[in-house]
Amino acid sequence: MKQLLKGNEAIAEAAVRAGCDSYFGYPITPQTELLEYMARRMPDLKRAFLQAESEVAAINMVYGAACAGVRVMTSSSSPGISLMMEGISYIFASEVPVVLVDVMRGGPGLGNIAPSQSDYFQVVKGGGHGDYHPLVLAPATVQEAIDLTYESFDLAENYRTVVVILLDGCIGQMMEPAELPPMRDMSKRPTPTWALRGKENRDKHNIITSIYLVPEVEEEYNRQLQRKLAEIQLNEVRYREYFTEDADYLVVGFGTSGRVALTAMKQARARGMKVGLLRPISLYPFPTQRLEELARQVKGMLVVEMNAGQMIEDVRLAANGRVPVRFYGRMGGVVPLPDEVLKEVGEMISVGEETKHIRLDLQNELGEWNAVDDLEVEEEWR
Amino acid sequence: MMDTTISLEEEELVYARPKALTRDETHYCPGCTHGVAHRLIAEVIDELGIAPRTIGVAPVGCAVFAYNYFDLDFAEAAHGRASAMATGIKRALPDRIVFTYQGDGDLASIGIAEVTHAAARGENITVIFINNAIYGMTGGQMAPTSLIGQKTSSSPYGRDVETMGMPIKMAEMLAGMAGASYVVRRSLHNVKEINRAKKAIKIAFETQMNGMGFSMVELLSSCPTNWGLPPEESLKWIEGHMIPYYPVGDYKVMSSG
Repeated sequence: MKQLLKGNEAIAEAAVRAGCDSYFGYPITPQTELLEYMARRMPDLKRAFLQAESEVAAINMVYGAACAGVRVMTSSSSPGISLMMEGISYIFASEVPVVLVDVMRGGPGLGNIAPSQSDYFQVVKGGGHGDYHPLVLAPATVQEAIDLTYESFDLAENYRTVVVILLDGCIGQMMEPAELPPMRDMSKRPTPTWALRGKENRDKHNIITSIYLVPEVEEEYNRQLQRKLAEIQLNEVRYREYFTEDADYLVVGFGTSGRVALTAMKQARARGMKVGLLRPISLYPFPTQRLEELARQVKGMLVVEMNAGQMIEDVRLAANGRVPVRFYGRMGGVVPLPDEVLKEVGEMISVGEETKHIRLDLQNELGEWNAVDDLEVEEEWR
Repeated sequence: MMDTTISLEEEELVYARPKALTRDETHYCPGCTHGVAHRLIAEVIDELGIAPRTIGVAPVGCAVFAYNYFDLDFAEAAHGRASAMATGIKRALPDRIVFTYQGDGDLASIGIAEVTHAAARGENITVIFINNAIYGMTGGQMAPTSLIGQKTSSSPYGRDVETMGMPIKMAEMLAGMAGASYVVRRSLHNVKEINRAKKAIKIAFETQMNGMGFSMVELLSSCPTNWGLPPEESLKWIEGHMIPYYPVGDYKVMSSG
């Protein structure tokens, strides 16, 4: 049964139903409803909830509970995630499963509390010290946020890694009809053999650490971690495609940007433009292979983001110079409108087809905009 | 031919390695009191019979490899975060005994927020705090607990309180937290004090076992290598210099009644 659910609260309930046993967090807008929801819900279920003294403490409490072998999560927003980065690096290195929700807001610095995607680099590329990537999933709807959160605990456990649900304040704050999954029965869940529970009847004590002083040993440990990442890249790529079968041009956007771009796609298709959309859901692993294929099919790509251009680097790596990759972004907490994306699509096609008609038609319909000069764009292609 | 067999009579065992210690050789410098502190904790854990349900959290500092020396389940925390990590373990597994082992840089400098809030919450964990007034692992820099005038590699002219502030008295400070049940300071500089330290460690663990909340034992310890003193003089330095500023004593003792 569908209910009208707020993104942050829906994620919290999905985590509860996925068997989240412990939650540690610190208030920060625009994710605070998630913490508040857990503050009510977890004690009712006799599970652990604690408002930590800081994000630094919260992530280390999460680290501790993860070492104890229970399902654990935290949530925060951009500046808070910055404070958690040290802990995330340790958690990845120690190979304990953790789910982290990042409801991104405008930055850098204190920034603002409006929705943003400007922490793509921070989260997807690692952010903390050392060679690592969390598994990053980016929902575009409240329903997708529920589904991905529900699954994220299994992924975290299967790979013994950090799974980040990366969304922006839009999805965290808005209400949409969505359906919640059933409550999982965790009573029969076996205790992980690596968990710290006290030695109990074991002959050997369990140790969870991330220090390997001998460089060759640390290198071998890194190789092991990289093998795991390779396995994740092989198995966990997720994306959605819209109108790509016959597309001559492609738009790429994740989360809210992808959703805005989808509206623009529908408008473009209604105008006969042969343009499609690829919306990456897993940002790490990135859908590189599919983008490579599409780079052979289309004449140009447009990346739409709520930042100064971050995911575009991964799109360009995938396109590998085969087609020009343009960028349209809004920053500082501004969400792009479908009309803005549509105009950029028109611009891309005008340049690609060496015709000004599409742009002029759109100008007549939607008004003037600061279109990039053809020559400038062409130069950018080289 | 001479009979060379020796008949061994059963003797009374007066000294043995505690079961809660592994057989690994420690990496600690000669004369360092970490080994004494490890042994006291292990003896207490053996006597209380809690090894099967005890989880330790090691610091960043000289005791970073404590997990190799205790035959207990152990986590290695980020610098200063042992109390937060122990909180996470204890909240997830409230019936387990959880303790941290932290040095003065770890606990009193970078981790002062985490240990203070753990005490304020009355987190039901035990903290063993090794105060040797110096950073050992990084090679002898000034600690928040370095004494006034103490020369270290990062206070080569001596700790100047005008620019570097006063040494922090953690036991006194944490005793002021309402959630703290047992906060004491002991010293490892002679046999009598070592015996007193062991008793305190036992009470600290019992405090946790009785669900009474936060307990901490601060142990005044030596660092001959970075103090630049022979081991025996180091023990005298504890007595002559540290104890006058850091008096041994009970700063908070709540009864279980």
